[in-house]
Amino acid sequence: MTGKKQNDMETKKLTRVDYIFRPDNTCLDTLKKSLRRDRDEIILELIDSGLKGRGGAGFLTGLKWKLAKEAAGDVKYVICNADEGEPGTFKDREILDRVPRRVFTGMALCGYVIGSKEGFLYLRAEYKFLAPKLMSIMAEMNQEFKKLGLDFTLNIRYGSGAYVCGEETALIDSMEGRRGEPRNKPPFPVTEGYLNKPTVVNNVETFVNCTIIMGIGAEEYKRFGTDSSRGFKLFSVSGDCSKEGIYELELGMLLSDFVEEFGDGDTKAVQVGGASGFCVPRKKFNQTIIGFEGIPTGGSMKIFNSSRSMYHVLHNYLEFFEEESCGQCTPCRVGCQQLLKGIEAVKSKQRSSSYLDELVKLAKVMKVASKCGLGQSVGNAFVSIVDNFREEIIY
Amino acid sequence: MINMINLTINNIPVSVEEGTTIIEAARRLSIRIPSLCNHDDLCVSGNCRVCVVEQVGNPTLQAACATPVRENMQILTNSMMVMQARKTIIELLLSEHNADCTKCYKNGNCELQDLSNEYRIGNQVYIDLIPLKHYTIDQSSPSLIKDDSKCIRCQRCVRTCSDLQAVSALSAAYKGSEMKISSFYDRPMHEVICTNCGQCINRCPTGALTERNYIDEVWDAIYDPGKHVVVQTAPAVRVALGEELGYDPGARVTGKLVTALRRLGFDSVLDTDFTADLTIMEEGTELLTRLKKVLVDKDTSMALPMFTSCSPGWIKFIEHTFPDLLPHLSTCKSPQQMFGALAKTYYAQKKGINPKDIVSVSIMPCTAKKFEATRPEMRDSGYQDVDYVLTTRELAIMIKQAGIEFMKLDDEDYDRFMGESSGAGVIFGATGGVMEAALRTAYEIVTGREVPFQNLNITPVRGMEGIKEAEVKIENVKPDWSFLEGVTLRVAIAHGLANAKRLMTAIRDGKVVYHFIEIMACPGGCLGGGGQPIPTNLEIRKKRAEAIYAEDENLPIRKSHENPEIIQIYQEFLGEPLSHTSHELLHTHYVPRKRY
Repeated sequence: MTGKKQNDMETKKLTRVDYIFRPDNTCLDTLKKSLRRDRDEIILELIDSGLKGRGGAGFLTGLKWKLAKEAAGDVKYVICNADEGEPGTFKDREILDRVPRRVFTGMALCGYVIGSKEGFLYLRAEYKFLAPKLMSIMAEMNQEFKKLGLDFTLNIRYGSGAYVCGEETALIDSMEGRRGEPRNKPPFPVTEGYLNKPTVVNNVETFVNCTIIMGIGAEEYKRFGTDSSRGFKLFSVSGDCSKEGIYELELGMLLSDFVEEFGDGDTKAVQVGGASGFCVPRKKFNQTIIGFEGIPTGGSMKIFNSSRSMYHVLHNYLEFFEEESCGQCTPCRVGCQQLLKGIEAVKSKQRSSSYLDELVKLAKVMKVASKCGLGQSVGNAFVSIVDNFREEIIY
Repeated sequence: MINMINLTINNIPVSVEEGTTIIEAARRLSIRIPSLCNHDDLCVSGNCRVCVVEQVGNPTLQAACATPVRENMQILTNSMMVMQARKTIIELLLSEHNADCTKCYKNGNCELQDLSNEYRIGNQVYIDLIPLKHYTIDQSSPSLIKDDSKCIRCQRCVRTCSDLQAVSALSAAYKGSEMKISSFYDRPMHEVICTNCGQCINRCPTGALTERNYIDEVWDAIYDPGKHVVVQTAPAVRVALGEELGYDPGARVTGKLVTALRRLGFDSVLDTDFTADLTIMEEGTELLTRLKKVLVDKDTSMALPMFTSCSPGWIKFIEHTFPDLLPHLSTCKSPQQMFGALAKTYYAQKKGINPKDIVSVSIMPCTAKKFEATRPEMRDSGYQDVDYVLTTRELAIMIKQAGIEFMKLDDEDYDRFMGESSGAGVIFGATGGVMEAALRTAYEIVTGREVPFQNLNITPVRGMEGIKEAEVKIENVKPDWSFLEGVTLRVAIAHGLANAKRLMTAIRDGKVVYHFIEIMACPGGCLGGGGQPIPTNLEIRKKRAEAIYAEDENLPIRKSHENPEIIQIYQEFLGEPLSHTSHELLHTHYVPRKRY
């Protein structure tokens, strides 16, 4: 289904697929089949599939598992990051609600591959209502693992509502009972994670993809997506759109196709990747690929039509970051406050419009000097909105 | 076999051991990378980001304090990208900082001030966030003041309080713009588990945490013609004060200290070392009494091991954290409080001064002593035994205010009486010192001979090891002490409350058996106290310790029981150790406190 080429980049037509939510009972069979396979072979197949983490950062999942497998230590952990907190993302909730067994199978696979006996689902506080159901399924699956001779137990841990705990090392701190603050890297969790033991932290959707790949094989999986962005993923579509909701789409499409499908006919901008992502204005829709070669997203797609003030959009994001920065590192903690107060001062004419240039410089410093991905990505929304909608910020 | 890593910093090749951080590697090349959250005594944090450096090929900057070197790394510490980021970060910090420097207590000793001076931060680029924050200053503690408007959230205090001291009175609270360093449920500092040790103050790079100073009160007392102001000086002050007044760490300035105090106008300049010697007499006797009750009388109400009680930070710590172990604490007051009680009784009588007209001031390396002086049970003289406690730093401020050119002063001697001391009293200022002093006396009481260590130097109890232990076999005892014949006295020493906690836990779990334990709240003992000159680090503390032991070696009397003024006070006033008068004036009791 390879589509047109633009700027020598391979793109795909917008294609809906149905793997993640497709009803079937093959999880246990997939696991059984995989447990008979060599661990390195599974890693190779995952690497070959090209699967990259679905949380947004895009690290090769197979490579992450390989590093954790090779890390020294008898005790290792698998953590499923279900702290879905990016504004405009709501697909992990749906996965956990509808196909939790695919998630847990992926975690068990990972446990088998890296040699971990314990896996944790780190569930965001706001999703606690799912916990009773998830725990009963976990209990069933723990029994099934035992029957298969797999020494792996699933468990659940809860977040407390901090956005930053979606960052894997802050998540680990939180699980250890501490205040969730991102750690210095290196060391990375694959060598020193939960309780300083080698740990794989993957997003909910990533584990589901692992289960799917083990079921259909890397060859089949690779038919989807582009060289840089293999497979398909879930998109949480919201904003001024004709049909908001969760859609499973092949990776590598052009934003223009996406807007044609989901926009309300008056789309002025799309925020790809949530508050920490990029704002793409209409004139760039047909040059923007959704994927790691273009703009990657953890799934959030927010569509804005011409009735929206981009000042308010930006103000909203900055309020979010000003509150959700952990406050640990200077560029992020103070930078977020300065960006927010800064655009307010420009808007109210307390500062001249050229102050926006100072703020853009600040946002760029935040991008290179912040301790974790949160602070590093605040500048994405800020710079892309100010660059493309400067008048709306000033006037 | 240590693996060596080769890298370049600013294009200069360097080879360092694996595990070295970039900031340390740069130091080897005499390249200083500025940092505010990094501290030699503390674990790595990497949160201020002032130390960011460029790693060629990496799009983001790396925190030099938190990033270990890797083979073939190319680091640039002064590239355009780095300088721009660093300057921006300092500007951001200043925008969130109450930069009213001229009115700040830490003016002149502030790492943020130094840095903004180095980078010539001029016109404020960013919006001043201070008016938006509605900070209040916590002045509830008698020991310290916490001013959040000066805080840069480097969390040195948090790491000090949790890692070095295992107290965790301070921790990061809230998030984002609201993030601050706070106490249990934001309670005022005097209501929480804070031990007043002041180690956070020693490491705070700005003026967010400072001692509560009583300089003006002391000046007022000096100026009051109706008051007789006595001052006592703790052992550790004399080996550290010089650092505030032009000397390198390790300078012994005892004689100049005395001269300066006299010039400041104190009516009598006396020495806490005298009551340190007295503590040894009381505490040593208490230990021997406890040993007898346990070993001979099989008295199960007596708790062994006995713990020292000189360190008020330690006292508050055990009251909060190990209240079940309080019976192990010696009932002896600290030397400061013994001095205070005697100043308004024994001293007043001998001098013929009405104790109500005496103002008792102490110069301490310690902020917890400020709290200790206000404890309600510390009024055995009928008045508050110690009126004002000044830290080494506050004294240095007074000396500067008085225009005293300290380095040019002649040496003078302490006044008599309560001014004479032995070397045993002096070494109270170092970790292991109380133990060594106690052993010098107790061993001699029991055997009639000097401790079996060359030149009286009991080296196993010295040094900066976190927990030290030693054994002394007691043989050929005097008839009164026959029950100790052949007993091996087992002792342990811990300094820094994290080490104290480890030792206490081991004792509570029955994993170790000792007879006598010395605990000092601060790393290195009093010489590393929370009232000592800033900065501090292991090297500085080692230099101060060397000075303490040199002071001891140079004194003619080195055993507490040979101090003639001690002999005299027992003859004239106290009778004998643990006498009725001693119990009234020199001993105290403790209270269990809440766990937060």
